[in-house]
Amino acid sequence: MTEHVQRNYVKIWAMLCALLVVSILGPLIGIRMLTLIAAFGVAIVKAFLVAKHFMHLDIEKRWVAYVLLAMIGFIVVMFAGIAPDVMKHDGLRWENTAAKQAVGSGGGVGAGGHR
Amino acid sequence: MTTTLAATRSVTGIPTGRLGVWWVLVSEIVIFGGLLGAYIMHRIGHPDWGDQAIHTNIWAGGFNTFVLLSSSLSAVLAHQAAERGDGKSAARLLLLTAAGGATFLVVKAFEWTAEITSGFTIGSNLFWSFYYTAAGLHALHVLAGMVILLFVAATAAKNLELHRVENIGIYWHFVDIVWIFLFPLLYIAK
Repeated sequence: MTEHVQRNYVKIWAMLCALLVVSILGPLIGIRMLTLIAAFGVAIVKAFLVAKHFMHLDIEKRWVAYVLLAMIGFIVVMFAGIAPDVMKHDGLRWENTAAKQAVGSGGGVGAGGHR
Repeated sequence: MTTTLAATRSVTGIPTGRLGVWWVLVSEIVIFGGLLGAYIMHRIGHPDWGDQAIHTNIWAGGFNTFVLLSSSLSAVLAHQAAERGDGKSAARLLLLTAAGGATFLVVKAFEWTAEITSGFTIGSNLFWSFYYTAAGLHALHVLAGMVILLFVAATAAKNLELHRVENIGIYWHFVDIVWIFLFPLLYIAK
């Protein structure tokens, strides 16, 4: 087993709960961009704390973290490859009319006009 | 007497059981990462989804986040007990972890019932399709984790196979991490 160091797990749990409160308070303040940055920033910090202290990735064989990070890298590559097509609704010689219509109508219709 | 080579061999420097868990999680990252990546790019491309997201219940999501974080604490404390060779305490803490999972699913059931009766179903539009698919896939992982937790608790109570306590803990913490990202995506980004 990987447990070779003494940790105060309750203290780490308390930090995670405090961060949860921060992410819930964000929407109450009402500044959208601040809310999003705080929420996702807090999510990354919380995930890091869980991975490091609860999953013991800091004392696990180093290559495990590298393999996990490589998978995240693959997701980034997938995102970079597909996102421009999904997020942009027109280009030099093309136009996604269904998506434009959906955004224009504000009715929550997704790309392709599916409702 | 025969020994189980698969349980003791460690070419990678990691016990094979734990290696198997890491391997599962590697594939899980691609599954959830692909799903959430697709959600994020659609969400950015369709700001109008915010009109749908306001109907998700931030308090239910927040409470469930607290429940999963707390169940992760009991899972890691179970691991600590297993390290001491205290199988009975480890089993009790694993049962507490499973109870956290059950609480999570009960809250989710109430939440989904309210949303579905309000007319927000998986076929309503793409936002709700993503919502039910991502949260549903995660809930299935919680359910699977609970079943494994109960099996591991049963053997740990007899002070047997205590290394499994750490293995199921790693899986459970991953399920927690997935929810840590689902929460802002589905409940906070309005």
